[in-house]
Amino acid sequence: MLKEGQIRIPSGCAIAAIIDRKGGLINGSEIIKSIALMHDRSNGLGGGFAAYGIYPEHKDEYAFHIFYENAQAHQNCEEFLFKHFNIDVAERIPTKTVDSISNGPDIWRYFGRVNRVRMKNSRLDESEYVVQCVTKVNAAFEGAYIFSSGKNMGCFKAVGYPEDVGEFYMLDRYDAYLWTAHGRFPTNTPGWWGGAHPFNILDWSIVHNGEISSYDTNRRYIEQFGYKCTMQTDTEVITYLFDHLIRHHGLPVNVAADVLTAPEWDEIDRMEPGHKEYFTNLRAIYSGALVNGPFSVILGSNKGLLAINDRLKLRSLTAATKGSRAYFASEESAIRIICPDPDKVWSVSGAEPVFVPLEIDEREDD
Amino acid sequence: MSVNYIPRRFTVIRDRELCINCGCCVRQCSNECHYFSDDGKTVLSQSDACVACHRCVDLCPTRALRIEKYVCDYRENANWTPQYQQEICRQAETGGVLLSGMGTPKPYPVYWDKILLNASQVTNPSIDPLREPMEIRTILGRKPEKLTVEKKGKSTVEMPPQVILETPIMFSAMSFGSISLNAQKSLAMAAKELGTLFNVGEGGLHPDLKPFTDRAVVQVASGRFGVHSDYLNNSKYVEIKIGQGAKPGIGGHLPGEKVSVEVSNARMIPEGSDAISPAPHHDIYSIEDLRQLIWAIKQATGNKKPVSVKIAAVHNIAAIVSGCARAGADIVAIDGFRGGTGAAPVRIRDNVGIPIELALASSDQRLRDEGIRSQISLVAAGSFRCSADIVKAIALGADACYCASAPLIAMGCHMCQTCNTGKCNWGIATQRPELTKRLNPEIMYKRVVNLITAWNHEIKEIMGGMGINSIDSLRGNRLMLRGIGLSEKELEILGIRHAGE
Amino acid sequence: MKRIYAIEELCLNCRLCEVYCKSAHSQSKDIIKANKYEEPAPVSRVTVYGDNFLSAALNCRHCDDPKCVKACITGAMTKDKKTGIVYVNEDKCIGCMTCLAVCPYGCIKEGKKAVKCDLCRNDDEPACVKNCPNHALIYAEPGGEEK
Repeated sequence: MLKEGQIRIPSGCAIAAIIDRKGGLINGSEIIKSIALMHDRSNGLGGGFAAYGIYPEHKDEYAFHIFYENAQAHQNCEEFLFKHFNIDVAERIPTKTVDSISNGPDIWRYFGRVNRVRMKNSRLDESEYVVQCVTKVNAAFEGAYIFSSGKNMGCFKAVGYPEDVGEFYMLDRYDAYLWTAHGRFPTNTPGWWGGAHPFNILDWSIVHNGEISSYDTNRRYIEQFGYKCTMQTDTEVITYLFDHLIRHHGLPVNVAADVLTAPEWDEIDRMEPGHKEYFTNLRAIYSGALVNGPFSVILGSNKGLLAINDRLKLRSLTAATKGSRAYFASEESAIRIICPDPDKVWSVSGAEPVFVPLEIDEREDD
Repeated sequence: MSVNYIPRRFTVIRDRELCINCGCCVRQCSNECHYFSDDGKTVLSQSDACVACHRCVDLCPTRALRIEKYVCDYRENANWTPQYQQEICRQAETGGVLLSGMGTPKPYPVYWDKILLNASQVTNPSIDPLREPMEIRTILGRKPEKLTVEKKGKSTVEMPPQVILETPIMFSAMSFGSISLNAQKSLAMAAKELGTLFNVGEGGLHPDLKPFTDRAVVQVASGRFGVHSDYLNNSKYVEIKIGQGAKPGIGGHLPGEKVSVEVSNARMIPEGSDAISPAPHHDIYSIEDLRQLIWAIKQATGNKKPVSVKIAAVHNIAAIVSGCARAGADIVAIDGFRGGTGAAPVRIRDNVGIPIELALASSDQRLRDEGIRSQISLVAAGSFRCSADIVKAIALGADACYCASAPLIAMGCHMCQTCNTGKCNWGIATQRPELTKRLNPEIMYKRVVNLITAWNHEIKEIMGGMGINSIDSLRGNRLMLRGIGLSEKELEILGIRHAGE
Repeated sequence: MKRIYAIEELCLNCRLCEVYCKSAHSQSKDIIKANKYEEPAPVSRVTVYGDNFLSAALNCRHCDDPKCVKACITGAMTKDKKTGIVYVNEDKCIGCMTCLAVCPYGCIKEGKKAVKCDLCRNDDEPACVKNCPNHALIYAEPGGEEK
């Protein structure tokens, strides 16, 4: 059986997210409860979480979460990692035995800073250096896969139902100001842990529901700029698009969202001249980054949380707010089970991104 | 001559039961295949000069006429086919280069027919184009690398000139000279109504086309016919014609007898003089010279017009396309070897160049490997027979397609491949006034509009089936394509997988 | 009133107008029977003059003050007050052809009786106009034509 990266596997899903705008901490058990309610939207072939603010004691260091399929991979990858980073901590991620989750890889985590000498020699800026190191491991080191590489955040994922994955990683021991969660329903059964979501690069993590029909257009667009879509998943390509637009092109998050779900020409034609020109230029320049087909996406980052829906609103996504918290889920019930009386509930409309910025400063030092 | 070395090609068959001897065929055939008998009442036919253009067949009020292939067997020989023998006989008679019109008729592989399209099932809904917006608007021109944004809705990006098309289909270059003014007018009127562009070719701009200059692409070819500042500025974009798919590496020759007053005015050459387009541009002997010409055109147009470079698909096409892009071309048009022509040497047309499918696929990939694909526009040309061909070209990576033969067929062309004789019975590839008046632009532009409107509908239908509602998401989306009956190498070049994979 | 106008720049000299006119004014209305077998053979009301280089289809102008109507000795030539169409009432026509002699356009043909264009008054559009392959004949109010 071919796994992600060797073949493109479309999948349907459940997604959920919680953010506390003021940076207040939320226990992992809450997000597990929310995603567990949407059990039937996934089929036990992938579940995962992203948590922000969980490593305050290492907040200035990169946290790498890595799957190893064998000892050789472990050895090769560590050798590479120790050469390119100054690693402070190397440890197994604590897990608990759960009946439904088996045959997993060896799961490690590392905290460290970049090796400044090597970075300077490479003539790359820090984030580009980290991205290239991660890409290198994932593309070239058979059996090793870095699935989380941000600061003060981490992804946790496995093959299984999301609630079982949460239990497996003992997420009730983690408190975060932003959680995203994903339950997967792939239409093929590779059973590879790396194929589960969220997908992460640096501080960006993406959970996604849907199958984009513009995949290859987006992939071939983004690969022009040095990205390599090794996973062949929608989530991966959307993550790279955001990373490219925000990090390389310096677009504000909401403008990047406009690129992916650009207004229709009918609408643009009715705009006042200034806006018409702006959006015409946006669509002309970024035609290859327009995302088509049904999708709902939640993008987590240390700047906040972005939720977008496809232009035709072909996928469900509900939002709610209560005090300083905002909730998102594929189904409203998954919000109400953890927040029974929200201040406001609404259905995220097609091509109208919702951005919930974090109101504390959680940026990198540089 | 008393010996006919070459049998005739067709037989005109007249059904006497149906023929009413009205003589319409007599008056319509410029090859003089039909005539009245001496009594002036009975119509007769002799088929020697018949080219199977079907003018008589289509106008006969009682449908009494039929054209049949004339079969005269030779001893079987898979190598020395009748065609080669006949061509040898023609050359033995004339001592000349064989000429023909339209694209190559040889049975080379047509990759469009070996590529299948995808559709959504279950995991992804197909989209109903009658219910949801289905966008085929296409924007050509050089794109900046990124949008520089101060804040949402406010950008400081300096946008080079762009061309907005309401369909990815444009009309390819056909000069006044190679086709009639009425044919050009029909295309111009259709382009205006459809929100697309027509291309005046290298024959200059006839004053009658002035009202349509907002929809015109003007060419600068090696002969520089009709090129002056007004010409360049009366256009949507300017195209430097380096080559043509049907005759790569070959210049053009419009014989003096075809250079009428009108043609001479449009081309700015003396009446009756031969119009010679040299094989190369004599000021472009390398890529750096191309850069200078592009720069000169941009200067002459105040940087207000995109500049396109049209090249024939030849072996090293990907590198050439990349070179053109780097030389400053905003649009690169690639013309595949099945592309049409008003006249080309048969040996060149049938043997030189490569198919557009392969040229397009390798050029698009090359530009992506170099990270510059999104900055320029790629236009594919060289025989698009239906909307599915267009969809496949866009999925391989084209921004837009040039079509010429299809709109000509809509205007009456029957692919008789004798454009070079100037006796086109449909009033398309001729300058004879008694023939050109047969093409009434008011009728023909509507037929062309209908054709492209129908194709637009079909493109939207196909996109909807794929779950795509903007042509932007079809462009370069090779996952929507699968090969059928193709070799590993062909699949590799096309960048697609085999059906079933 | 609506009249037929010929545009010579577009006329192909194919003379299909004549063929279709004959058929429209035949007994059978069948193009083959009308042109081959019918007796008496129907006469085309329209005639194309010229050659492939310059030609035009000529037919009755349906004059406001028609000389043919004035000259008709039996009252067969009639100008319909409502439509303005000048036509022959065949019951009254005796075939004296006085009308032919006075018509300034030569648009009346000789048959057993006088034959002339009636603008296919029982149809919406004259057969010649309907079947002109190049729209060289148009049926329009005066001034309504393009050229």
